[in-house]
Amino acid sequence: MAKLSDLTPGAKGKIIKAKGRDAIHRRLLDMGVVSGTEFEVEKKAPLGDPIEIKIMGYHLSLRKYEAETIIVEEEKEASNG
Amino acid sequence: MAKKLKIALAGNPNSGKTSIFNNLTGARQHVGNWPGVTVEKKEGTCKYNGYEINVIDLPGTYSLTAYSIEELVARDFIIKEKPDVVVDIVDASNLERNLYLTTQFKELGANVVIALNMSDVAEKNGMNIDAKNMSQLLGAEVIPTVGHKNRGMKELLDAVINTAENKTGLEEHPIAYGKEVNPEVEKIQRILSKDSSLVSQYSPKWLALKLLEGDSEVIKVAENSSVWNEIQQVVNKSRDYIQYHIGEDAETLIADQRYGFIRGLTAETVQRPELERVSISDKIDKVITNRLLGLPIFLLFMYALLKFTFSGSGFMVGWFEGFFEWLGGAAAAVIPEGIFQSFIVDGIIGGVGGVLGFFPLVLFLFLGIAILEDSGYMARGAFVMDKIMHAFGLHGKSFLPLLIGMGCTVPALMASRTLESRKDRLITMLVNGFIICAAKVPIYALFIGAFFFKSGATIFFLFYIIGVAVAVLMARLFRIFLLPGKAAPFVMELPPYRVPTIKGILIHMWERGWMYLRKAGTIIVAVAIIIWIGFTFPQEPKYSRDYEAMASQIEESYAQQIAPIAAGFASEVNKIKEKEVFAKFMEVDSKFSAALQELEEGSEEYTGLEKKREICFGELRERYPEKAQLHTQYLALTSAKDEQLAAIENAMAAEHMEKSYAGRVGHSIAPFFKPLGFDWRSSIALLAGFAAKEVVVTTYGTLYSMGETDPEEAAPLREAIQNDPFWTPLKAISFMIFCLLYIPCFVATVVFHKEAGSWKWTGFMVLYTTVLAWVASFIVYQGGMLLGLG
Repeated sequence: MAKLSDLTPGAKGKIIKAKGRDAIHRRLLDMGVVSGTEFEVEKKAPLGDPIEIKIMGYHLSLRKYEAETIIVEEEKEASNG
Repeated sequence: MAKKLKIALAGNPNSGKTSIFNNLTGARQHVGNWPGVTVEKKEGTCKYNGYEINVIDLPGTYSLTAYSIEELVARDFIIKEKPDVVVDIVDASNLERNLYLTTQFKELGANVVIALNMSDVAEKNGMNIDAKNMSQLLGAEVIPTVGHKNRGMKELLDAVINTAENKTGLEEHPIAYGKEVNPEVEKIQRILSKDSSLVSQYSPKWLALKLLEGDSEVIKVAENSSVWNEIQQVVNKSRDYIQYHIGEDAETLIADQRYGFIRGLTAETVQRPELERVSISDKIDKVITNRLLGLPIFLLFMYALLKFTFSGSGFMVGWFEGFFEWLGGAAAAVIPEGIFQSFIVDGIIGGVGGVLGFFPLVLFLFLGIAILEDSGYMARGAFVMDKIMHAFGLHGKSFLPLLIGMGCTVPALMASRTLESRKDRLITMLVNGFIICAAKVPIYALFIGAFFFKSGATIFFLFYIIGVAVAVLMARLFRIFLLPGKAAPFVMELPPYRVPTIKGILIHMWERGWMYLRKAGTIIVAVAIIIWIGFTFPQEPKYSRDYEAMASQIEESYAQQIAPIAAGFASEVNKIKEKEVFAKFMEVDSKFSAALQELEEGSEEYTGLEKKREICFGELRERYPEKAQLHTQYLALTSAKDEQLAAIENAMAAEHMEKSYAGRVGHSIAPFFKPLGFDWRSSIALLAGFAAKEVVVTTYGTLYSMGETDPEEAAPLREAIQNDPFWTPLKAISFMIFCLLYIPCFVATVVFHKEAGSWKWTGFMVLYTTVLAWVASFIVYQGGMLLGLG
């Protein structure tokens, strides 16, 4: 178990849970960040924040501190990026 | 009579909703606002098979919560207006997330038809979607469409009519919500059904779900119910139960269940390719938001946007200016000289021209923005810039309005609409005026030219930086003290890159451009007239000197001097034998004069013509020296007379302005500006600067008795200011600081008001910018005096 913000580009995994509160939490749920969703970390912005993940076949950007609220399970063999 | 239907178009942003709306309604569109909020409402009609279908475009949303205005607007429309059918546009290549909204329409009890849009893209990606099966599982017709190619519209409309007539989309919606949630929903539903007026307005199941989720708006509705106490009890118990037994709040659990249902649905109806191909869009993105290239590419695009907006619109600005000049001239020719002519020409035509003068700029800007938005770059720009903007308490998307502010604050304020959160929008708008706009540049050119000529560029750049710094600082302060809270989350879709359609971007551009005209236009004309009245009346103030008598005295004295010379000249000319030669010369001369007027002074052609004429004159002078001498004398006298008369006229204009109502106001507020080192001229100029910033320069021109001054070519005025013992470099800096910070022009203020939507915020903006400008200038001037820089 790790936070999404700890992963590096190329890492893949599954969402366990979005822990945040209020607007951010709600928004994450709406965008499909719910338990069981698979994702891949695509890249970081040129200045290092926000990050971009691929989820449900589309691209989602979120800030690092938003990514900190998301607990994920990393798929080990893919985390070579 | 055609049968009438009312349908709502709904869907995620980037689902291709707009192109379907355009396909269905064509040019029969109407853009307005949803009542009470600044969310665009588009409506159109569509005639099909004997039906007249009223199509309402709901805001693009991902969900139907109470967290954003757009989502509230969309769901309120469905609840209150009860459209016959809700056409839910679903991006087939991005099914799961798009269907999330669909599940919520079903919860609402809406009559749904699904447009499986961009089905060609999905197919190309190797996806195979069983629309028939999906339709059965969802309880709604599913029609494959390709919006931007206008495919599937007929089938979609057939399905709409079929669904409306047979209510086939109403089937009970199939999500189970699981064995923990479902019994709780049913319990709440049972209590709700006791209030018959409540359940006649809302679907009880939806209400129950929303109460469980803790939806603030639905709670407000339920609070008015006769059984609110009971409802509250049951809801709280259920929420606690779910939290305790599952360790998850109800909101999350319900979202999980919705997505769980969607997973099951797509597993049964969608076949995906074994290996996912890397799409072209992903390849493009690898370059465009690359760690090294991302920022330079961003800067390049922004430079291109500014260039496109401000240079690209140049030709059209020329047309508009030409047209209004012509119109003013035509009106002046028809209407007899006097106050009414001035009202029409300067007040109304000038005012309307002022509004329309911005219009090409606004159109080009919106065109550029539409291309950036529709191609998918806009979200990337925000992605690249967010770290910087966020450090200042702003959102990644704020970069655009701030950047456009370098050209003109008016379109900049309008561009802040791309920000979703109202707080972010307000903060961005409140600080936008500090970015030096194009109209302020002449002010800096004037004063920097007069006092800091040697290091002009550096000083000017410094002021730019000060403007940006103040904007950033104020944004930070507003975020902390005035509109506290975090900037809107950056949880944002980065849509796939697409080639925008010409029709799409043109419609986009026109809608927003028209909105600008309609919203800002009327007030701007009214304010222009008020400003005109302020500077024109009283028409005949008590002048300190009798300018007319002075003028006629000059006329008389010169007439006495000129008359004998003119008579002598005429008799000399009569004596000339080769009359034809002389006549020919006169003809050449008049042709030259006409041509010279058309040309720009100092241009190559101009100096060429001037030289030729000089040569002609020289020849003539050689042949008839006495006549030439008389002629030169005559010319010298008349030009001296004209100069003196102009000086009197300019002095009169200066005094007229000084004694006009606006001038008197300027005089009376001059003491307020004294601690900043400004005189009464400056206070009038600042007042006039509210009309448009470059007017500060032209007003100084009038007040320094320079006559009409071109803000771009103010050399004589610069000298006058330089030579005026009143001004010192310190005062000039203080004045430039004030101009940097005080209220933007009234067009920008009006647009601010329209975008902010409340007098409270407009009042605040006017007040705080003025106070800030005063305090900053005070510190600069008084501080400078203390340091002995005065």
